[in-house]
Amino acid sequence: MNMTLRELGVGSSGRVVQVGGERVLRHRLLEMGITPRTVVTVKKIAPMGDPVELFLRGYSLTLRLEDAKNIVIEEIVNDVAGAGDERGAAA
Amino acid sequence: MIIALAGNPNCGKTTLFNQVTGSHRHVGNFPGVTVEQKTGDIVGHKGVSVVDMPGIYSLTSYSSDEIISRDFLLKQKPDAIINIVDATNIERNLYLTMQLIELQIPMVIALNMMDEVQENNGSIDILHLRDALGVTVVPISAKHKQGLAELVEVTMHAALHKTRPQRIDFCSADATHRAIHAITHLIEDHALKYEIPARFAATKLVEGDEKIRKQLNLSKHEEETIEHAVTEMVAHLGTDREAAIVDMRYHFIEETCRASVVKAKESREYRRSVKLDNVLTHKFLAIPVFFGIMFSIFWLTFDVIGSRLSDWMASGMEYIGDWLGAVLEEFGLNPAVHSLVMDGAYEGVSAVLGFLPFIVVLFLFLSLLEDSGYMARVAFVMDKLLRKIGLSGRSIVPMLMGFGCSVPAIMSARTLASERDKKMTVLLTPFMSCGAKVPVYVLFIAAFFAEHQALVMMALYLSGVLLAVLSGLVMSRTVFRGAPVPFVLEMPNYRFPSVKTVLLLLWDRSRDFINRAFTFILVATVIIWFLQYFDVRLNHVENIADSMLAYIGRLLAPFFAPLGLGDWRISTALVTGFSAKEVVVSTLAVLADVGEDSLAGALHAFFTPLSAVSFLIFTLLYTPCVAAVATFKRELGSFKGMMLVILYQTTVAWLAAFCVYRVGWMMGWG
Repeated sequence: MNMTLRELGVGSSGRVVQVGGERVLRHRLLEMGITPRTVVTVKKIAPMGDPVELFLRGYSLTLRLEDAKNIVIEEIVNDVAGAGDERGAAA
Repeated sequence: MIIALAGNPNCGKTTLFNQVTGSHRHVGNFPGVTVEQKTGDIVGHKGVSVVDMPGIYSLTSYSSDEIISRDFLLKQKPDAIINIVDATNIERNLYLTMQLIELQIPMVIALNMMDEVQENNGSIDILHLRDALGVTVVPISAKHKQGLAELVEVTMHAALHKTRPQRIDFCSADATHRAIHAITHLIEDHALKYEIPARFAATKLVEGDEKIRKQLNLSKHEEETIEHAVTEMVAHLGTDREAAIVDMRYHFIEETCRASVVKAKESREYRRSVKLDNVLTHKFLAIPVFFGIMFSIFWLTFDVIGSRLSDWMASGMEYIGDWLGAVLEEFGLNPAVHSLVMDGAYEGVSAVLGFLPFIVVLFLFLSLLEDSGYMARVAFVMDKLLRKIGLSGRSIVPMLMGFGCSVPAIMSARTLASERDKKMTVLLTPFMSCGAKVPVYVLFIAAFFAEHQALVMMALYLSGVLLAVLSGLVMSRTVFRGAPVPFVLEMPNYRFPSVKTVLLLLWDRSRDFINRAFTFILVATVIIWFLQYFDVRLNHVENIADSMLAYIGRLLAPFFAPLGLGDWRISTALVTGFSAKEVVVSTLAVLADVGEDSLAGALHAFFTPLSAVSFLIFTLLYTPCVAAVATFKRELGSFKGMMLVILYQTTVAWLAAFCVYRVGWMMGWG
């Protein structure tokens, strides 16, 4: 089921379905590797509740919740999922 | 021969730069802007200079760093590019590589941190990577000086033989392929004419890059044809123009990495970072730890290390001064000139050099925070707070630098992505009490609040922050309305800062400061000496009270009277503080007609504890020094902007000091 990255809990992973938002920000997100089918894990939420720390393509990135809500993902329920066409976890 | 060093932030670029360049380093600015440009000759290769470019993720035109890098590569046409790629984070690092390849400049990839990959049982098939990208790949470890000789040799070879990247076609999807090729073909003559690599221009046009579109000077018909090609591509892919290009590149990167990279499951460095972050970005611990770190830095800088070094330096300077004075007297130097040298120049310069240690120690700590990766955590932890005043977490870095010196702080704000955030950060930075004000604080605190030194010091710094917050709130609701910049920040793994990098940075900063001391401040002290020894009719005066300086001070005294600072000597000192804040101390010493050692005692003659507070508040907030103001002019891009800063800061300072003094007076503390 699709949801936004904002709703994903700490420790959970999801596969990016769609990246939305204002043009410059969106382009930046894509360039940083948040492209469709990339697997993203929520690592941590900042002490004041925002922003969030993500893990993708082998590195950590922080995003604000208001921007994370523009990223549509499908949650990966268990670790077995994502063997097929998973992106960003190549090799 | 010029070699450009390009790469992502946090990929070890500065370390590599410091390792390959020798003592012939030049720190300047990129043409027309204030982003620092470091140039150095490669050790053992005279005439081969390396230019350190700003760390960037892409060659779009969203941040000034990207525009500068792009313009530098397109216009200065370096003989070769060394693209430094962090092997531990290869996918995202290669994204920039894909764009650099399109520029068709001779290029070599320096695959940095290969030691780290190997230690964690990962591996990268260098030859496969080379064949896939069409660019020579040299595995290195900049930190451990491995592979550097080979890198230099291969780069020189590529530059001399003009070995351009062998491949530019990385299209996978047919639609993207068709669009790029159609556009490349269409714009080829324009690209040639305006000296922009056609392929690079074409992908930028597909992405919708306005700057490139303008630079190419296309006809209306051509622009329509391009838009048509893009529309067709978009319709076919079911995505949009930006995503199409990004997707194409990442698709290729993934394919390549799948075939050539064996990733370590979880590197030791990553696990260590997670452990450290369990404390440093912890829900409850992060903020206390941050303030704890900041407090320790200031305590160490001002109470422990810096003050001791400063004392040594001061006594050293005094010793030399006594000797020099005696020698000059022996020589029979004209008394007026003797006075100029000793009372004017030497005294001024030694007062300033006495607090060089504070600057050095503070920058040492700040650069440790920056290089270790902690600054990114600070941005993460503090973002929500800064967003309240309409900024993003990244602005905390220039602001913290502002506690050292406004000049580099204002300059460091350049790395912020949006013009709006940059301007606002630049305007708020001077509220962060800079290092040059410390001698003033130290002097007054010793004279009036000796029992509560650290407390008063903290209170001053916090007052500055408080006023920055208030100003930020006002600005973000008036002049700077609009959304703050997107906050997309990488959290690099923690690393041990390289000793060489830190030391070189300290050396650069100290040299910069010493330069200021011997140029700017020297001139300022000589001018003050002149104003002080001559009256308005240029007659030599016996008593300072008859001098030009006193004349100016007396003119301004009524302006300061409501703050409890009506004495002309105080207004005079504040005026001279415009040349550099530390000069306030030396002027007060000169005007009180005492040495700096006994100045603290002499201050009681013209300050009450309350007016001392008023004076400290005013000093904290009023117009930044000339060097900072000059930086403002460059960063804000206008003389008017600079004047507004001066006016704004001085008005805020006057009002704050007025409130404090009046409230204190009514409470009967006067």
